[in-house]
This record gives sequence, C-alpha cells and structure tokens, in this order.
Amino acid sequence: MDVTSIGWLTLPLAILGGAIRVSTPFIFVSIGELITEKSGRINLGLEGTLMLGAMAGYGVSYLSGSPWLGVLAAGLAGTAFGLVHGLLCSVKRVNDTAIGISLIVLGTGLAFFFGKPLIEPKAPALPSISLGFWSSVPQVRAASDVNALFFVGILLAFAVYVFLNRTGWGLMLRTVGDSEDAARALGFPVLRVRILATMAGGFLAGIGGSFLSLSYPGSWSEGLSSGQGIMAVALVIFARWRSINALGASLLFGGAGALGPALQGVGVTGYYYLFNAAPYILTLAIMVASTSRAAPFADAPGELKLHR
Amino acid sequence: MTAPQVELLNMTKRFGANLALNNVSLLIRSGTVHALLGENGAGKSTLVKCLVGFYHPENGHIQVNGREHRLNSPKDADALGIGMVYQHFTLVPSMTVAQNLVVSGARLPAYINWQSELKRLTEVTKKLPFHVPLDVRVSQLSAGEKQKAEIVKQLYLGRKLLILDEPTSVLTPAEADEVLGYVRSLTRAGELSAVLISHKFHEVRRYADDVTVLRRGASVRTGAVADLSDDALAEAMIGEPVSKMVQHAPKSPPKPNIVLSIKDLCVNGDNGLPAVKDLSLAVREGEIAGIAGVSGNGQLELVEAMMGQRDRNGTITVSGSSFNGTRKEIARLGVYGLPQEPLKNACIDRMSLAENLALRNFDRAPLCRGIAMNYGALAVQAERLVAQFRVKAPGLTASMNALSGGNVQRAVLARELTQDVRLLIASNPTFGLDFVACEETYRRIVEARNGGAAVLLISEDLDELLGLVDRVLVMSAGRIVHEVLADCADKRVIGKYMAGMKAA
Ligand SMILES: Nc1ncnc2c1ncn2[C@@H]1O[C@H](COP(=O)(O)OP(=O)(O)OP(=O)(O)O)[C@@H](O)[C@H]1O
Ligand SMILES: [Mg+2]
Repeated sequence: MDVTSIGWLTLPLAILGGAIRVSTPFIFVSIGELITEKSGRINLGLEGTLMLGAMAGYGVSYLSGSPWLGVLAAGLAGTAFGLVHGLLCSVKRVNDTAIGISLIVLGTGLAFFFGKPLIEPKAPALPSISLGFWSSVPQVRAASDVNALFFVGILLAFAVYVFLNRTGWGLMLRTVGDSEDAARALGFPVLRVRILATMAGGFLAGIGGSFLSLSYPGSWSEGLSSGQGIMAVALVIFARWRSINALGASLLFGGAGALGPALQGVGVTGYYYLFNAAPYILTLAIMVASTSRAAPFADAPGELKLHR
Repeated sequence: MTAPQVELLNMTKRFGANLALNNVSLLIRSGTVHALLGENGAGKSTLVKCLVGFYHPENGHIQVNGREHRLNSPKDADALGIGMVYQHFTLVPSMTVAQNLVVSGARLPAYINWQSELKRLTEVTKKLPFHVPLDVRVSQLSAGEKQKAEIVKQLYLGRKLLILDEPTSVLTPAEADEVLGYVRSLTRAGELSAVLISHKFHEVRRYADDVTVLRRGASVRTGAVADLSDDALAEAMIGEPVSKMVQHAPKSPPKPNIVLSIKDLCVNGDNGLPAVKDLSLAVREGEIAGIAGVSGNGQLELVEAMMGQRDRNGTITVSGSSFNGTRKEIARLGVYGLPQEPLKNACIDRMSLAENLALRNFDRAPLCRGIAMNYGALAVQAERLVAQFRVKAPGLTASMNALSGGNVQRAVLARELTQDVRLLIASNPTFGLDFVACEETYRRIVEARNGGAAVLLISEDLDELLGLVDRVLVMSAGRIVHEVLADCADKRVIGKYMAGMKAA
C-alpha cells in the first residue's frame, strides 16, 4: 500500500501542502497591511477588503472565464476600498481604527450582497504548478501541487524588502510613517503618500481574497474568510514590520492552520476543533511572547504610536 | 561668491487670534551669520519657519539676491539652497543616518546601491570637522550626536543659507565650538550665509556678525553685533532696563538626613545594553547635588529609572521608603521634577495647557469633587500658574504643542515647583530658556533647596552646574566617576573626568 510505503512522511507532507495553501492569503494581506502601516496608518478594514476581493474575483472569473482577470478585478476592488479608507482618514480628527472597523462591516456586507448569485455557479479556478512529477506517490504529488499565487507572494515579499530599503520612494514612505514632522520638514506630501500606501495595501488584500475563492477552498461562500484580514494585523507586528519576516510568519500560521485537517487526514480525529484553533492560539502566544517593555520595537513606524 | 543675500520684508503671521509675527523685516547679508534673539515665544522659530516654507505668512515677501520668491513648501526652499535645523529634531528615528541623508536629497534616487552610496557619503562627511556614525539608527544616537547629524545633513545637502534654531542647547561647549566654528569659517569664505537662533549671548557675540532682536512678534532692534552691548540687547529683549542679577539667598549647610538614596542601580538603555552600571548616590535634605556629564552617558536612563519609566535593578529609596514612581508615592513623598524633552516626557501634547498644568493634582480637591472634575477650579489654578511663571501661550485652552519650546518648559516648571516638593529631580532645567527665565529657574531651584528639599540636578552645562550646586558628581559611561564639593571643584579636573580620561 502506498500510504504505508511513505509511512511517517504522510503527516509532514500534508502539513507542508496545507501550509502553502493556507499561507498564501496571509502573505498577501500581511504584506499589504505592512505597506499601509509603514506609512503610519493602520487599516483594520482589510478583512472587509478580503471578502470583497474574494467575491469580485470569483464573479469576474465566472463572467470572463479568466481567473487571472478575476485576480486583477479583486485587486482593483481592494484598491478602491483602500482609497476610501485613505481619503476618510485624511479628514481631520478621523480615527483610522474606527474607519477600519466600519469598512470590515461594509466590505463584508457588500460582498454578501453582490455575492448572492455567485454561490451556485462554478468559476474557473487559478492554475497550480505541479512540482511532484518526479514522484509516483500520490501524497507527494498532492503536496507538491503549488498554486501560482504562492510564488507571486514570495517574489512580492522580496520586492517589498528591496522597495523599503533600497529605493528613494521606499525611504519616503518610511519617513512619512515614522515621523510626520520630519516628512513635512522635507516637503513630502504626507497625505498623498498615506493614501497611496493604503491603496497598495488594499490591492494586495484584494488579491489575497481572490485566492480564497479561486484557489483554496476555491468557491464563493459567505463563510469563506476565517479572520485572515484581522490576523494579518497581528502578523505584521509579529513580523516586526519586515516583509521577509512576514513571509515566514505567514508560512508558520499556514502550517498551524493546516495542522487540524492534516491530522484528520491520518486518522487523528479527536480534538479536531482544538487543532483548528491552533493559528489563533499561536497568535495570542506569539504576541505575548514577542512584546517586551524593555526593548520597544525598533522598526515600528513612529506615527502608529504603538509603543510606550 | 556663492553665499546669497536674503531679505524678509514685512512678514506677518497669525495663529488664530495670536499675532506671532507683526510686520517683521530682516536682512541677512551675504556671507554673514545673522543672530536672532528674543524671549521665549517672541516668534523666532515662527519667523524662520516662514523662511523655509514650513509656515505660510499672511503677509510679506522673501527676496533671495534681490529676486522675489514664493515659498510654498520646504521643497521650494530646498531648491533655493535654504535649509534649517529645527528646534525639535526632524531626523527619522528608525532610519540610519545614511538613510536620513539620502532621503533628504533634492531628488529621490530610484534605486540605491548602498555600498557605493556609503562610500560616497563617507567621502563627503570626512571633510567635516566632526564625526557622526553613518550606519547607526538615529534613535540610538545621543542628543548631541543627533544635533550634529542634523547639521551634517544640511551641510551635505550643500545649503547656501543655513538656519540653526537653538542648535547648541544639547551640545557641550566644545562641540558647539566645533559646529559653530565651522559654520563661521564657511561664511567667512563666502560659501554660506547663516541664521543663528540662540539664547546665549556669548555665542551670538562670538559667531554672529549681525543681530536682530524680536519682542512679542515685532523686530525691535537690529544692527552689527559689535555695535551693541549685552545690556542693550537684553534691554531690547525684555523691553525695560535689566535690573542687576538677583542674588541667590545665602546657602545654609545641608541637614544630615538623607532624602534620596540609590544603591547599586543598573539600568539598560533602549538598545538593551547597560546604560547605568552599579550606580550609588545619596542626596540630603537642603542640598543640591549636581550630576555633570556629557549627554548620552546614562543620565537619561538614570532619570527615567528613578521616575519609574524604565525597568531597573537596585534599590531607590526616598525618605526611607522604597520608591517606584507610582502616583501615590510621588504625592506622599513629594517627588517632582523636570525631565528631558518635557513636551514628550512631562506633557500630553494634545491636551490643553490648563489640563497639563493640572496633571499632578487633578485627582485631589479642589480640582475634583467626588468623581467629577471641577473645571472652574482647574482654570483658576491654570491662570494663577501662568501668571506666576509668566508662561506665554495663545490661551489656557490652547493645546500644549502650540506653545513655543521655552514656554513648554516654563509650564512644566510651574506645575512641578508649586507642589510640596521634598525631592526635586531636574534634567537640564534651562534648556532653551531665555536669560530671564534662566535666572528665575535658578532662583526657584535654590528656593526649593532652602525650603528643605533635596535637589538632584542633571546638567550638561558645567558653568550652570557649578554656580548652583553644593556637590558635584561626574557621570561617565554609566558610572559616577568623581565626586567633589562645589567649593573645591576644579573645572579642568571635572572636564577630564567627563571626557572619560580619568577613571574613578
Ligand atoms: N503651531 C502653532 N499654533 C498656534 N500657535 C503657535 C504655533 N506655533 C507657535 N505658536 C505661537 O507663536 C508664538 C511664537 O512662537 P515661536 O515658537 O516662534 O517662539 P520662539 O521665539 O521660537 O520661542 P522659544 O525661544 O521658546 O523657542 C508663541 O506665542 C506660540 O505660542
Ligand atoms: Mg523657538
């Protein structure tokens, strides 16, 4: 029997495959949030953006027959939402956290409203790249079927790293996020930079959403998101506002999220729901463990006023 | 000759009902250093912020080499070669010095090759007479290094007109001399014109060619420094002849009982490395103990640890009971003080002046009745303190960050010194104060001492320290390395200990 022939490898393979699938939306949403936060604003509304992107991506893919057009549409819907957030927060005395929460509700509501007719039909899904051709073991093949967006996400993490550290615009973004006084003294257009950063964040979150509906789980339903948009905010803090760390953190969370299903796959069915809670428990544990009063975050954008 | 001549004509600037600048004109001759003097809140910072396009005046013209220019943003000033070192730091804390230099360049580079960029920056900064590390995060620099980095940034940007807003308040006299001496040599060579805002007459006399005095937003005196005596300048600043310096009340010998006792204190700095190492000291009732030292030798961490803002090891006792900086202990033991950067560490910048003045006692009668605030009493208290300490502000309800640098300081002093003080901890209490306010502050500190309070005074200004304290402690690399009674102190010996040339 095949299953016994790879024996103990079954579980790690299942977790690896699951980690890649589950982590992909995390990568996009957390890097999007990272870009926004680097400009000095928090966008909690990415949960709503994610749902809107999932719906828009699915709808456009269904109508046009091209999943990649769907991804683009999801990104554009997210960009529009980012623009709304960016503009509203630019009004004096408006608080970004409050706007974010209202956008969660609005985005989810809009997605449900326009998504009603999309629950039934089947839209073309995103392709995946098979890296398991060398093996005849089905578990290996299944785990090595990697969706294309995952690779885009990896490239994205490195691209954002280069952007933030090695380009003039990246330094400008960090200046705006770290010290508004400094940015003004240098004559940078603070509001414009923040709005653009929020739009970029929305674009990526929208794409993260389209992955949910077009790849894994791969259909549109109202229970599609399990809080990835909110957890991305925690991920960014855990990743210390560094994009490569955010990639690693997303994989870690993906792995934790894949634990439950993977265990079920090898027949461990007890505590299923407990294992499904692993990513959330991990969030809490990591946040507590990584917060230290003695050494405030060196990379935390100063304008977020998070520390002290 | 590349140094420009810059002229400001009839500048007027209002903040709400407050006329911060009233028809001010200023001529900065090519290749000179022009000093601006004036009391706290006179409008010096406002005037130069208009010149760099940070503020937009209601009225007025700016001419560079006779040609009129409109400055809508600091970018426009940048294009004209005008740059400023602000009174409050404007470097980006989480970026390195090199990143700060690159991001402030006129054109943002598309892609930065850090290897060649660092080489180039090292080349450029090597020509300067003072050194600042390029690859260190700004948040890890000491105040003096930050100030030097700000100046390096401006020089690196190739300014033709350099504005320095109280640049030397955080520098040691030797560093100030390095920096201002270099600026002076550039202006002499005709490569630069400069504006220098300072409260220190000796600096103005030594480095400036011309001087303009502002009072309540108006220019009241201008001319060559050589033609004006200190007394004439002081008189122009305060608008009346200067009375002779007040004599401090005679010292009475300190009482034997110890108020503040610190034993084996260890504190880590922001970078996680030890900043204060096994430090012990004691201050007695009726005594001013002064801590001398170059900034960045652990003074900041020491004060923060004492006030409970920072984790620590070791024991701190006040009047015999252990002290952790809780609100209850502060009120019971009478521990008050003035921290460094008071706007950040002793104020809530978005709350009003009146509320900030009440931070120590808002939870006690008469400011509260049961759980309700008594805003009438709060306003009465604020009015009294503002009058007593002559805090100049747009109004009692103005938010704290609308106050000029020196007036923030005065407001905090007003709040702290009017409590029942038994231990006073003051870090550089006269940073950024004009000479009248300095004298007042000295007098109040001595009064507190004579009233039986123990005073721990941390200052980088050795002259100030020696004129005020009973005992000097020298701090270097996180330790007290030298201790001497003020009467037998030798400035040169202390200077050597400060520079770390002698170990205890
Ligand atoms: N952003 C602002 N909003 C409202 N009022 C302001 C603002 N900035 C300054 N002012 C007011 O303008 C006046 C001049 O302030 P300015 O900062 O120019 O004083 P200054 O001469 O630099 O004093 P200092 O020596 O204390 O730095 C003060 O009365 C101050 O309260
Ligand atoms: Mg000022």
